[in-house]
Amino acid sequence: MDMIVENNIFRFIYCNLVNTNESCSDFGNFLGILPLGFEWLAFLISGFLLCFIYINGILGAVILSIWGERRLYGRFQNRSGPNRWGPMGVFTSTADAIKVMFKEDVVPVDADKFLFNLAPVLMVFPVFMVFSVIPVGIGTFVVDLNVGLLFILAVTSLSGLAVVIASWASGNRISIFSGLRAVAVLISYEIPMALSLVGVLMLSGTLSLNGIVEAQKIPFILLQPLGFVVFFLASLAEINRTPFDLTEAESELGAGYLNDYSSMKFGIFFLAEFAATIGASAVIATVFLAGWKGPEILPSHIWFGIKLILVLGLIVWVRMSWPRMRIDQILHLAWKGLFELTLINIIVTTIMISIKPDPSVNEMWIMAIINWVICIFSLIIVSKFLNRSVKDNFSNLKNTTPYPVGTEKIKSSFINKKEMVN
Amino acid sequence: MPSTQPVTVNLGPQHPSTHGVFRMRVTFDGEEIVDVEPVFGYLHRGSEKLAEERTYTQVLTLTDRMDYVSSMLNNQSYILAVEKLANVEPSPRGVWLRMIASELQRIASHLVATGFLIQDLGALGTPLIYSMRQREYILDLFEMLCGARITNSYLRPGGVYMDAPEEFWPALDKVLLDVPHAFDELEELLSANEIIKSRTIGVSILSPESMVNASITGPMLRAGGVDWDLRHRNPYDFYDQINFHRPLHNSSDNFARFWVRIQEARESVKIIRQCIDKIEPGPVRPSFDEVPRLLRPPPGDVYSAIEGSKGELGFYLVSDGGIAPYRCHVRASSLINLTLLREMLIGELFNDLFVSFGSIDLNMGEVDR
Amino acid sequence: MTDQWKGIVLGKMLNQILPGCLVSTNKYDVWIKNENLLEVCNVLREKEEFKFDLLNSITAVDYIDYFEVIYHITSLSKNASAVIKTKVGFGRKDPSLSSVVGVWRGADYQEREIWDLLGIKFLSHPNLKRLFLWEGYPGYPLRKDYITYDQSIVTDNK
Repeated sequence: MDMIVENNIFRFIYCNLVNTNESCSDFGNFLGILPLGFEWLAFLISGFLLCFIYINGILGAVILSIWGERRLYGRFQNRSGPNRWGPMGVFTSTADAIKVMFKEDVVPVDADKFLFNLAPVLMVFPVFMVFSVIPVGIGTFVVDLNVGLLFILAVTSLSGLAVVIASWASGNRISIFSGLRAVAVLISYEIPMALSLVGVLMLSGTLSLNGIVEAQKIPFILLQPLGFVVFFLASLAEINRTPFDLTEAESELGAGYLNDYSSMKFGIFFLAEFAATIGASAVIATVFLAGWKGPEILPSHIWFGIKLILVLGLIVWVRMSWPRMRIDQILHLAWKGLFELTLINIIVTTIMISIKPDPSVNEMWIMAIINWVICIFSLIIVSKFLNRSVKDNFSNLKNTTPYPVGTEKIKSSFINKKEMVN
Repeated sequence: MPSTQPVTVNLGPQHPSTHGVFRMRVTFDGEEIVDVEPVFGYLHRGSEKLAEERTYTQVLTLTDRMDYVSSMLNNQSYILAVEKLANVEPSPRGVWLRMIASELQRIASHLVATGFLIQDLGALGTPLIYSMRQREYILDLFEMLCGARITNSYLRPGGVYMDAPEEFWPALDKVLLDVPHAFDELEELLSANEIIKSRTIGVSILSPESMVNASITGPMLRAGGVDWDLRHRNPYDFYDQINFHRPLHNSSDNFARFWVRIQEARESVKIIRQCIDKIEPGPVRPSFDEVPRLLRPPPGDVYSAIEGSKGELGFYLVSDGGIAPYRCHVRASSLINLTLLREMLIGELFNDLFVSFGSIDLNMGEVDR
Repeated sequence: MTDQWKGIVLGKMLNQILPGCLVSTNKYDVWIKNENLLEVCNVLREKEEFKFDLLNSITAVDYIDYFEVIYHITSLSKNASAVIKTKVGFGRKDPSLSSVVGVWRGADYQEREIWDLLGIKFLSHPNLKRLFLWEGYPGYPLRKDYITYDQSIVTDNK
């Protein structure tokens, strides 16, 4: 119970239901509707209500983020974006959601029916589970796991399973390409993703996300630039955004594993995808941007929201401006680039921590400067190394003899004189 | 070592990036392409058969609908063939006007090709919309010239349908000022982006010998270092009075093909500027006494080709002395440039399939006719 | 300016190399016997004095009595072009011709197109399938005796 007691929303609901002495009376006066002895019921109801609020909050955020992304795409592409339904078109995605629900639900004949229906559920589960450990504000979270970071890493890899099941169950060859690519990308990027968080762990000394936020005297993006870069790229790969959107490569696979899904099953996938984007942004905001921490002028929830939107905007920006990478390049980047970067990051952080086990804020700034210098140098070196094969190919092609055009003449007596002007 | 089994996938005709209704039966081994078999005919409208039932001027509307992103060039090619067949002497102002129109169309076509390359590479529409925006201004100019934006039917035997309105010339100047900036922007996107470079350089290389043998023409051939441009080698209209540079690249990969297209569009701007300098007032087409509305060319056959935006675009016309062509054959560069598709794609990865395919810059309206 | 070979000169030169291949000539065109087509094309591509390396276009025309297949060829190095014609299928009975895909790869789709629309069979073509229309389509649309749907409505009432 200890870790849940700090949870403000939960305590508010729980204490209004059952006003127990040991956990409620210290914090103020509560209603206490139920008599003592019904703690189990109160626990159940308040847990359920908390999840209800969270999940609906996520759904609302997804709807809003779809609208926001489409507005942003519009601005990036010199057009207005959705602007008809509601003020600034804010209800467009709501209308889309309603439309999707009323569409005909088609299940292909070749599909494995059970797995075909199971896949959307499997997809949406882990995405919501990620949110459960993220503190949105002071004392606002579902659960404060002491293994929160590991929990996130474990749970996000489940969505890959859902993609594979969906692609296989569709009975469609193009979908299977998508599923196989998802596995390849997922396996490759899990490792740099996990390793990039090791530096954060060493600095904060805890796996709980609340603990990590508390430990950020200055945001970890300053102390762990390499970790941030690697984690950002790896989470782009995990949520299938450009430049790593191989699974749903629109210009190649149509919609990839979504090809045969229609109606609300498609809607659930779509929702899960955008929720995963928000989830990834939330993790980045929490782990690297100090989560809900910020100057006292604004409440903690607002600070978290601002950071979340910043990271989301960055993801949209990347999506709008970069083309996709090839699959071999993506895998090379994971194993030959990001993996090395994480190792450099771990070594540097280890050395720094062994010199200064408990740094003050000023010492942290010095560490930050050193880390940034190392980050920029190692990025340059690794990108040069990765780029070498391209340059070699290009230089080989320069030395070819030109094809002979117009070098010889035929005898003028063989030629018909042109009579026409044209 | 586990053995792998090749899998055959049908791509198209309903596919987001086959540039129309193209269909390919592709065999993959993992992500690697083992075999490609193109299947045509989903947009076949029988233009050549229809042309046999129309008068020489009416056939013009069919040519618009062949390659619908460069209809001015189609018109020009067809009209040149008709003029050669019927011995029509064109009016100089009409010729200059149609050269301006067709060079503008070439810019528009290359803009579309470049935009779709970056789209095929996976960028989500932004570069495509940037290039399409610039194309809109060119289409506005066409609207001023002939009232239509896509299916122009602007040219007539002996010149053009009518003279350009007064407001056309300042608008043209403005577009000519804007277009180089648009190409600067596109070129920066293309050659300064590490992802685009690493994905297009060294992919789908074709040797110049094999390209010439396979009748491939146009920017694709020039990307292989073969200096073959019909505007220079066999000047039609007044191209012999114009100085222009022919951009060549010798690596013959996807990057080279698009680099050549961008440089060529820049050259088109220079050509248009020279045309504006040389154009003089006068009739835009011969009078109806000289060239009647209902042409009856003498019996005979003629083949005339121009440098289209996609390659050599030729018309073979046979006349039996009647009002309609006895036979009208189109040498469709889009179709013939596809000859080496299999050689281009085998050994490449699935991700590069549509990039290489798009680098041919084909248009299904012209492939299937 | 691309030079246009004189039909008479080209016909004479071809007849010297391959005696008996020539049928007739005219100002621009050379008619050759359809049995000799492949040899003539090989000569035109390989011989130093011709070097026709680019096949611009192949097309065919239905002249009711016979079919004519027309080859427009260009030599890039000499910047010269020529027209080779051959008549096949006299009496409209199974017109066939040897394929030139082995000489010019660019003939591939164009020969398939002619087979599809005019029904001229190209022997030893690697993949002679219909290009635009589907297998089993009745008739060859570009032949002059092909009755279109519109015409069939009118003629049925007679």
